[in-house]
Amino acid sequence: MGLFVAQLLTGLANAATLFLVAAGLSLIFGVTRIVNFAHGSLYMLGAYIGYNLMQVLPGAFGFWSSVLLAGVIVGLIGVIIEVCVLRPVYRAPELFQLVATFGVILVIQDLALIIWGAEDVLGPRAPGLKGVVRILGEPVPMYDLAMIAITPFVLFALWYLISRTRIGVLVRAATQDREMVGALGVNQAWLFTGVFFLGAALAGLGGAAQLPKGGADLLMDFNILAAIFVVVVIGGMGSLPGAYVAAVLISVLNVFGVAYIPQSTLVLMYVVMAIVLLVKPYGLFGREEVAGEHGQVGEPERPIKPASLRVRLIVGAGLVLLACVPLFGSNFTQVLISDIIIFCLFAASLHFILGLGGLVSFGHAAFFGGGAYVAALIVTYADTPMEVAFLLAPLGAGLGAVIIGWLCMSRTGVYFAMLTLAFAQLIWSLVFQWGEVTGGDDGLVDIWPSEWLNDTTPYFYFTLVLGVGGILLLRHAAHSPFGYALRASRDSSRQAEATGINTKRVQWAAFSFAGAMAGLAGALFVFSKGSIFPSELEIARSFDALIVIFLGGVKTLAGAVVGGASLEYAKDLITRFEYWRLTLGLLIIFVVVVAPEGIVGTARKAAERVGLLPDPSKQS
Amino acid sequence: MKLRRHFLKLTVAAALGLTAVAGQAADTIKIGEINHYKRMAAFAGPYKNGIELALSQINDAGGVLGKPLEFIYRDDQGKPGEAIKIAEELMTRDGAVMLTGTILSNVGLAISSFAAEKKYLYLASEPLADAIVWSKGNDYTFRLRASTYMQAAMLAEEAAKTGATKFATIAPNYAYGKDAVAAFKKALLALNPDVEFVTEQWPALFKIDAGAEVQAIEAAKPDAIYNVTFGGDLAKFVREGTTRGLFEGRNVYGLLTGEPEYLDPLKDEAPVGWTVTGYPWYDLTDDANKAFVDAYMAEYDSGPGIGSLVGYMTAQSIASAITRAGSTDTDALVAAFKGLEVETPVGPIMFREQDHQSTMGAFVGTIALKDDAGVMVDWTYKKGEDYLPSDEEVAKLRP
Amino acid sequence: MTAVLQVENLSKSFGGVVAVSNVNFAVEKGELLALIGPNGAGKSTCFNMLMGQLKPSAGKVFFQGEDLSGLPSRAIWRKGVGRTFQITATYASMTVAENVQMALISHNKRVFSVFPYAHKLYRERAMELLSLVGLADQADRHCAILAYGDLKRLELAIALCHEPSLLLMDEPTAGMAPSERERLMALTASIVADKGISVLFTEHDMDTVFAHAHRIMVLNRGELIANGTVDEIRNNAQVQEVYLGGGNLYESNEAG
Repeated sequence: MGLFVAQLLTGLANAATLFLVAAGLSLIFGVTRIVNFAHGSLYMLGAYIGYNLMQVLPGAFGFWSSVLLAGVIVGLIGVIIEVCVLRPVYRAPELFQLVATFGVILVIQDLALIIWGAEDVLGPRAPGLKGVVRILGEPVPMYDLAMIAITPFVLFALWYLISRTRIGVLVRAATQDREMVGALGVNQAWLFTGVFFLGAALAGLGGAAQLPKGGADLLMDFNILAAIFVVVVIGGMGSLPGAYVAAVLISVLNVFGVAYIPQSTLVLMYVVMAIVLLVKPYGLFGREEVAGEHGQVGEPERPIKPASLRVRLIVGAGLVLLACVPLFGSNFTQVLISDIIIFCLFAASLHFILGLGGLVSFGHAAFFGGGAYVAALIVTYADTPMEVAFLLAPLGAGLGAVIIGWLCMSRTGVYFAMLTLAFAQLIWSLVFQWGEVTGGDDGLVDIWPSEWLNDTTPYFYFTLVLGVGGILLLRHAAHSPFGYALRASRDSSRQAEATGINTKRVQWAAFSFAGAMAGLAGALFVFSKGSIFPSELEIARSFDALIVIFLGGVKTLAGAVVGGASLEYAKDLITRFEYWRLTLGLLIIFVVVVAPEGIVGTARKAAERVGLLPDPSKQS
Repeated sequence: MKLRRHFLKLTVAAALGLTAVAGQAADTIKIGEINHYKRMAAFAGPYKNGIELALSQINDAGGVLGKPLEFIYRDDQGKPGEAIKIAEELMTRDGAVMLTGTILSNVGLAISSFAAEKKYLYLASEPLADAIVWSKGNDYTFRLRASTYMQAAMLAEEAAKTGATKFATIAPNYAYGKDAVAAFKKALLALNPDVEFVTEQWPALFKIDAGAEVQAIEAAKPDAIYNVTFGGDLAKFVREGTTRGLFEGRNVYGLLTGEPEYLDPLKDEAPVGWTVTGYPWYDLTDDANKAFVDAYMAEYDSGPGIGSLVGYMTAQSIASAITRAGSTDTDALVAAFKGLEVETPVGPIMFREQDHQSTMGAFVGTIALKDDAGVMVDWTYKKGEDYLPSDEEVAKLRP
Repeated sequence: MTAVLQVENLSKSFGGVVAVSNVNFAVEKGELLALIGPNGAGKSTCFNMLMGQLKPSAGKVFFQGEDLSGLPSRAIWRKGVGRTFQITATYASMTVAENVQMALISHNKRVFSVFPYAHKLYRERAMELLSLVGLADQADRHCAILAYGDLKRLELAIALCHEPSLLLMDEPTAGMAPSERERLMALTASIVADKGISVLFTEHDMDTVFAHAHRIMVLNRGELIANGTVDEIRNNAQVQEVYLGGGNLYESNEAG
C-alpha cells in the first residue's frame, strides 16, 4: 500500500513538468494553429537559463525567482521567434510554419552548445526541499511534493486567465474561430505574440522547474518532444485541463509500467495514445475540429498538366547526365546522388498524399523504415534473395499502410496527423524495444545487395532506375483519374461524394500506395547502406520528408523532389562546417521567410512576374 | 591553438568540396574519422583533442613512412546512414587510407558492415558493443576500447568478492544496456552461482523516470545494484537514489560511471562508495600515463577524459599499424593490425588476431569525494586480456 | 406509371426537435417541382435526406420504385440522381473542364484507374456539357478564378454528367445577381424540357419559382402545408399567412 501511494506520488510529480511544457504547446496550437516543433528547445533553454540564474540568486527565494525568471526570459525568446520567424509566414499554407520552427530547433541547438558547452549540467537542488518525507514508510522527496502541490495552482491560474479575463476570452474565441477575433477588432498579430509568450514561458518554467530532478543537457529538446505531443494529443489539442489529465495519466502509467513491464515503457505510452485517439478522436477534452472545405488555406493550388515536351526533354537530358555520372564522377558522387534520389522518392511518396490528398501524415517514416525493416528482416531470418526482398518491402510497407490507413481514415486534419504519428511511434518503439528480433538499437546489419549489384556503380544505376521510376510513377499517378479523384476528395468531398466517388476509399488507397512507395525507398536505402536502425522510423525521419515538401512547395507537383534534392545537397555541403546546425537552421528560416510558397512555388511566381512564364491571372 | 586553426582550414577546404585535396594526397597520409561531433559533443570533443595531441607528437617525430599523418574529421549527425555516405566519400574522394571513429555502437556496427563489404579497414575506436568484434565481427574491423563484456566482467569480479547475492540491475533499454547486463550476469554467475537477480530495470535511453526506477529497485530489496545508466539518466538516477536512500547499505557497481565525462557533471553529488570503471587521470603517477596527462593538460588546460585517452591511442595504433605495414594498402594494413603491439599511456596493448579486439584494459576503483568533486580512489588498472573469453569461446562467437 | 421520386412519411428529428415531419410527395417525370418555405422550414434537411447525407428518422424515399433509404449519397447518385449545392462545391485546383471530366470518370467507374491521363478522358463529352451550360469558352480556365454565377453553371454541368433522371437543386440561384438568376433557371428549364429530366429544387427567390416551377410545395416548420400548381399556391391562404411574417410572397427573400 505504501509503495502504491509512493508510486502514485512519483507519477504526479513527474506529471508537473510534462504538464507545464505540454500546456504551452497546447495553447500555442489552439490559438495559432502552429505545431511548434521548437517547443522542446524552449524547454531546454528554460533549464539552462534557470541553471545560470540559480548560480547567481541565493537561497530559496533565489531558487523560485530563478524558475519564474527563466520562464519570463524564455517567454521573451518565444516572442522574438514569433515576430522574426513565424509572423512573416502566417499567410503561408497550413503547417508551413512547422518548417520554420524546425529551423529554430537547429539554431537553438548550436547556440546552446556555444553558450553552455557540451558537458551536461546537473541541476541545483531546491533549497529547503532537499530531503524526503516518509509517507506510509516510503520515502518521498520533498521537492516532488512541492511540484505536486504547485501544479494545480498553475492549472488554476491558467484556467483563470483563460476563462475569467478579457485576454482569456479572446484566446478562447481565437481557439474556436479565428476569423471571429478579427471581427472583434482585436489585433490578431498581437494576440498571437502574446500567446506565444505565454506558451514559451510555460515551456521555460517547465525546464527550470525540473532542474532539481535532473539537469540540463543538449539532448533534452528532442527527448521531451514526443512525450509532450502525446500529452497534448491525448488531452485534446488546445485543452489545458486535458493536458493536465493526460500528463498525469501518462506519468502515472509510466511509473507503474516501470514497476511491472520494465522492458516496454516506451511502447506503453504510444499504445495508450493510439487507444485514446481511436476511442475519442479529439482526445479526452478536445473539441471536434471544424474542418474547412479545403484542406489548405491560402491561394488554391493551380491546375496541373503533364510536363510539356520541352520539360520532358530537359528532364530526360538531366537523367542522361545522371546516368553518365559513373563515367566522370567519383564513387562518392554516385553515393550522394543515390542518397538524394532515395530521399526524394520518400518525400515524393509523402507529397502524393499530403499535396494531392491534403492528408498530413506525421508518421510517414513508419513506411520508409518499415519497408527497410521488412527487407532486412527477411534477408536476416529467411536468407531471402535481394530481388524478392525488393518485391516484399513495398508490399509489406503497403500492407502496413492499408492497416494504419484503415484505422486513421475516419480522422481529418491535425487529428489524422497525430494518429499517424501515434502509430509510427508505436512501430518505432516496438522495433526499438523488441531487440531479440529487430536487434533493437543495434539494428540489423550486413544487408547487402546480390552479387550482380554489389558495387557502387551497378547499385547506382539500380537506384536511378527504381528511384526515378518510382518518382515518375507517383507523378504519373497524379495525372491519372486516381490522382484526380484524390484531389477532388481534398478540394470538395461534398461534390466528390455526390458524384459517386468514395472519398475515404480513394484516400485510403492513396495512403496505401504512398506507403508502398515509401517502402520501396526504404528497400533502396537498406541495401545501399547495408544496415538499418530504428532511427529510420523516428519522428525526425517523418519530419525530414515533411520539411522538404514545404520547402519545395506543397502546392506544386515538383515540390517534394526539388525540396528534397536541395536540402539533401545543402546538408551534404553544410555539415562539413563546425556550426552546421546553426547555418542550416538559418538557411531554412531564410528560405521560409523569403519563399513562403516553397522554392518551386515562389520561383514560378517570380518567373511569371518577369514574363518567363505566362501569368495565369492575366489569362482571359 | 595552432592545431585548431589547421583543422579549421581543413574543414573549410573540405566544405568547398575541393577535390584538389586529392592532389596533395601524396604529401600526407589521411585517416577518415567519422564521429557524432555535435550529437555527442561532450564525448567527441575530448576524443578529438586526444587525436590531435597524438598527431602533433607523431608528426613532430617525422610522421609515418616519412609523411605527416592527418585525420579528416566528419560529423555524421549520429545517423548510421549518413556515416556510410561519409565513409564512402572519405575513402573514394578524400583519399583516406582507412576509417576510424564513432562512439555510438549502432553507427560503429553500420560502418563495420560497410567496411567489410567494401574492403576498407575500420578501427572502431570507442563503440563498446560486443557484436563489433564477435557476433558481427569481420576481417576488416578492429576495436580499440575495452568492450562492454570486458568492463562488465571486471565489475563482476569485484561484485563476486562481496557476500552480496541479491542483485538488481538498471540499464538503458537498448543494445548497449542489454549487452552490459547480460555480460555482467554471465560473469558474475560463473564466479558465484548463488547470485540471484531480483529485478532488472530498463529505462528508455535518456528518458529515465528516475523516481519510479528507484522505487521499483527498492521494492525488490536487493543487496547490491549494478548500474549501466549514463549521462543525464545517471544524474537523475543518482540524485533520486541518494534522496530516497536507495544506495544506503548497498554495494553499487557502475559501468563507466567513473569516466570523467560522466562523473564530472555530478560534482559533489558523485555517488560515494560505488565501485566503477573509469579513468582516474588525476591520480596517475607512472611515466607513460603521466606523460600523456601532462602533455594533454599543457595543450588543452583541462584534464583528459577517457575519450581523450582513446583518441590518443587511436592515432598511436594507426601510426603503428601503418609503420608496421610499410604501406597504406588496405590488405597490408589489415595484416599489420593483426597482432599489432602498441606502446600506449596505459602500457603495451595488442590487437588480438583471433577477434581483432585490443587488450586495452580499464581502471576499476571506488568513487570518493575530493574538493567537492567525484574521483576514483583505490583503483587498479585491469588488463584487457585477463577479461576476455577463452579462444575457443571467441571462435564460436565469431561468424 | 410510377413517379420518378416518391417520398413517404419522411421525418427527421434532432434530439427532441422535429425538423421534418411526415412529409409525402412525388416528383413526376419531366416535372420542375419547387420546394419553398421560410428559413428553418426544413428544406435543407429534407434535401439532405433525399441525397443520403442525413439518415431519416422515419419514412422512405423511392427513386423509380427503388428504396433509397440508408444509401450514401454516392450510391444514390449512381442510381441516376444528380444534385447541385446551395454553396457551390467545385474542385478549385482543377480547370473547368476537368471538373466535369472528374464526374464523367466517376460515372464510367474509372476512379481507381492509374494509367490514362485524366485530362484526356471524356474531354469531348465534357465540352458538350460545358457548351450546354455556356461555359465552353472557359473550359481551360482555372476553376478557382471563375465568377460565382459561372460556378453555379459549372455545377449544373457536373450534375448532368451521368444523364440523371432526377436533379436535386438546393437553391440553385442563391448568391447570384437577378439577371443571372433568370438566365440560369431558363437554362435549367430548357435542359429539363429537352432531356425529360425531373427537377426538385428549393428556392428563396419567388420570382424564379413562379416563373419556372411546374408545381410548388410549401414546407413550414417541417410540415408540408401546400402542394399544387403555381396559381393554387399563389392563392393559398395558409401559404400567404406563413409568408406574411417573413415578407411578401411576391418579393424576393435574400436571406440564404
